[in-house]
Amino acid sequence: MRLSRRAFLKFLTALGGAAAFPAGLNLLTRRKGIPALAADGSPTGRLLQLDRVPAGPGSVALAAPAEPPERPSPGPAQRRWVMVIDLARCDGCRACTEACSAMHFVPPGQEWIKVYTMRDNPAADPYWFPRPCMQCDNPPCVKVCPVSATWKRGDGIVIQDTSRCIGCRFCIAACPYSARYFNWVEPPHTPEELSRPYSPDWNYPHRKGVTEKCIFCPGLVKEGKLPACVQACPMGAIYFGDQAEDAVTNSQGETVRFSELVGKNAGSRFLEELGTEPRVYYLPPRNRVYAPPPEPAATEGGHR
Amino acid sequence: MRAREHGPPSEGEVRLLASLTSGGPGFYALLGLLLGLIAWGIIAYSLQLRYGLGVTGLRDSMMWGVYITNFVFFIGVSHVGALMSAILRITGAEWRRPITRMAEAITFASLLMGALMPVVDMGRPERLLNLVLHGRLQSPILWDILSIATYLTGSTLFLYVPMIPDIALLRDHFADGPAWRRRLYTVLALGWRGTKAQRRYLEAIMGVMAVLIIPIAVSVHTVVSWIFAMTLRAGWNSTIFGPYFVSGALFSGAAAVVTAMAAFRWAYHLEDYITESHFRRMGYLVIALGMIYGYFTFAEYLTPAYKMALHERGYLMAVFAGTFSRLFWFTQVVGVLLPILLLTLPRISWVPRLQRIPLLQPRPVLAATAASAALLLATSVAGSSTAALGEVATARTVLVWLVAAMGGWSFLALLPVFHRRPITTAFVASVLVNVGAWAKRYVIIVPTLQNPFLPIQNAPPVWRTYKPTWVEWSITAAALAGFLLIYILFSKLFPIVSIWETREAASEPRTPVREEAPDAQAM
Repeated sequence: MRLSRRAFLKFLTALGGAAAFPAGLNLLTRRKGIPALAADGSPTGRLLQLDRVPAGPGSVALAAPAEPPERPSPGPAQRRWVMVIDLARCDGCRACTEACSAMHFVPPGQEWIKVYTMRDNPAADPYWFPRPCMQCDNPPCVKVCPVSATWKRGDGIVIQDTSRCIGCRFCIAACPYSARYFNWVEPPHTPEELSRPYSPDWNYPHRKGVTEKCIFCPGLVKEGKLPACVQACPMGAIYFGDQAEDAVTNSQGETVRFSELVGKNAGSRFLEELGTEPRVYYLPPRNRVYAPPPEPAATEGGHR
Repeated sequence: MRAREHGPPSEGEVRLLASLTSGGPGFYALLGLLLGLIAWGIIAYSLQLRYGLGVTGLRDSMMWGVYITNFVFFIGVSHVGALMSAILRITGAEWRRPITRMAEAITFASLLMGALMPVVDMGRPERLLNLVLHGRLQSPILWDILSIATYLTGSTLFLYVPMIPDIALLRDHFADGPAWRRRLYTVLALGWRGTKAQRRYLEAIMGVMAVLIIPIAVSVHTVVSWIFAMTLRAGWNSTIFGPYFVSGALFSGAAAVVTAMAAFRWAYHLEDYITESHFRRMGYLVIALGMIYGYFTFAEYLTPAYKMALHERGYLMAVFAGTFSRLFWFTQVVGVLLPILLLTLPRISWVPRLQRIPLLQPRPVLAATAASAALLLATSVAGSSTAALGEVATARTVLVWLVAAMGGWSFLALLPVFHRRPITTAFVASVLVNVGAWAKRYVIIVPTLQNPFLPIQNAPPVWRTYKPTWVEWSITAAALAGFLLIYILFSKLFPIVSIWETREAASEPRTPVREEAPDAQAM
C-alpha cells in the first residue's frame, strides 16, 4: 500500500466534498421552505415574548423546528394552546371520542382521544384516563420524521400533513403515548368528508398509507370554538385554553385561570419522566363522584 | 513472476473459469425456483400496493414487523465485506485471498436487498422522493440513507477495483464466450494491461479503501440500530445498541461467508482454492465474533433485568418467560451456543473416542429420537381434540422433556460424525447462526412493540399481537431469493475466487507464516 502524501490529501479533499453534498442539499431545500431550527419554536427564530407566561420549568427549549411560514397551517404564534383533564370528573362515557371521530370523520379503528382504564398500583382504585395527543413541547415524533410531515407550530400544536407523509411509521414508533394512528387501508369516505379540500387544520379527507393524530382542532379553534372533545364532555372534565392568556374553559362554560387550576390541584403531566414536555395536564382522580371502572385486564399488554 | 501473474490460466484456474459457463440442470432448476419466488413476491407486493399495508399483520401497536426484521438482517449480513476484505487485508492475513471476493459479493447483494426492505415497508412508496426534496438530517432515517448509500458505493468499488485484473484476464483468455460477454469484459477491464503504473494505482486505491470502508461499515449498522435506540421505548432505549448491532452483524456476516464457501466449494469444485484450513480459520473468526456477540447480548439484557423497572418489565418477561421466550432461547442456544460448539468440535481430540460407547451409536439413537418426536406430534394432534383433559397435558409435558433429552443424546451420538466432517459441520453451524440472527432481529423488534408505555386496550384481539401474513412471508422469501439470484448470477459472470490475488500469493517470494496443517500448503 504505497500511497503518496499528495494523492492522499487529494483523496481527503474529494471525500470532504462528498460529505458536504447532503448538507448542501439540505440548505437548498431549507430555502424552499424547510425551517431552520428555532431555539424557542418561533418561526422567525426570534425569542417569543409571552408576558403572562411565567418563565421557569414550563418554558422549555425546543429541539423541534417551527413551522415554515409558507406551510398551510402556521397557527397564531402568540398563542400557547393547553388542555387540562380533570380525572376526578371523568366517568368514562367516551363522548369525547365519539365527538372527535364524528367531527374529523376519523377512520375506523382509530381513537384520536382514547379513554383508557388505568390503575397506578394494586392498592389504588382504577380510574378513567382520556388520552388525546399530548402536543409535546419536546415531541419525539417530530424529531424522527424524515420529511417534515409533522412539525411543531408556534401555538404549540404538533400538526400532521398527510399530503407529505411517506408512511414510514417512525413517528408511531417514537410516540410514547400511542397517540398516532396509521391508515392501513383506504379509509371509508363520505360526501361530507370529501366536501372540504384537504388542510392539515382539519386533517381530512383521509388517505391510505399515512399517519394521523389528534391535532387540538385548529380549524374549530380558529373560529373561536372549543375542540370537539372539550365541547362534548358532559362532565366538563376537559378544559382547553391559551396558556399565554392563562385561561382555560370547559363545556360547562367555566373559565378558570390555568395557573391556579393546575397549580392548586396537583396537576401533572403523563410520563413526565420521559421529558417530552406535554401540553396536556391531568388533575388527580381523587374524591371521584363517579364509580371507578372495572379493573383493567392484566393480559392486555403495556406496563400499567 | 510477472508473466505468472498475467499468464494463461493454470489447471485449477481452468476449472474455476469453467464455473462461469457450465450450468447443469441443477443450476437452471435453482434459477427457475428463485425467479418463481421473486415473481410470487411481486404479486404479493402488488396486492399490498393495491389494498395498503392492511394486508400485512401490522397494526397501530405493532407498526413494524417482518420487513424491518429483514432490513436489519440483510444490512447485518452485508458487514462481512468490510470484515473479510478490509480488516483481514490490513492485518495481512494472507489466507483471506481466495474468499475475499465471495465476501464482497455477499455485501453487494445483501445491501441491495436490505435497502429495498424499508421501501416495501412504506405506506406511500410513491413519495420516496420526499426524502430528497424535504429530507431532514435530524431523522435517523436520513442517517440510514446516507450511510447505506455510502457503504453501497464504497463496497461496490471495493468489489470492482480488485476484479479489474481478473476481468482483463477473462477478456484475453475467455474468447469462446458469447459476444456480449466479451464486450462486457472489454468495457469493465478499463484497458488493464497489468503495467507497473496500473498496479501501483490499484494498490493505492485498495489501501485507502480498506481503511475507509471499516468506519463506514461500523457506521451503517450503528445507525440502523439507532432507528430503534433513538426512541423512548423499553427494550430499544439502550446506549449499547450501536456496538451490539455491529457485533451481531459481523457474527452473522462471517457465518454467511462460511455458508458461501461451503456452497461454492461443492458446486464449483473449488477444493484447490478453499481448503479445510480456510474453514478452520473462518471457524475461529466466527467463534470469536459469536463470543463478543454473546457478551453484548448478556450485557444488554442483564442490566434492565436485574432492576426490573416498571417500563421494562413487560417486554423482559415476554422475552424471558412469555410469548417470545421460545424464540429468544432458540436464538441464544441454537443461534449462538450450538454453532460455537460445533465449530470447536473438530479441534477436540477426545470426541472420536465417543464412538466406542455402545449407547452412543448414531443410528439407534436417531431412530429413538425420531420415534419419541413422532409420539409427541401424535399426542399434540390428539390433544387438541381433547384439550380439556389434564392428564393429556401432563403426558405431553413428560413427552416434551423426553424429546429434549433424546435430542441431547442424539447430539452426543452425532459428535464423532461432526468431528469427521469439519466442513459439513461448519456449514451447518453457519446456517444456524443466520437462522438465529434473523429470529433475534425479530425478537428485538416485536416484543418491544407489544409492550408499549400505555396498555393496548379497546382493540380487537388480533391487534394486540403481531402475526405476519402470507404477504409478508412471500415478500420475505422473494427478498431472500433476490439475494441468492444476484449472488449466483454474479458468480456466473465473474470468477468467485480472485485469480490474480491467489496467483500473487502463490508466487510471493516470502513464505507467509503458516501453521503445520498439511492442507494449508495446498492452496
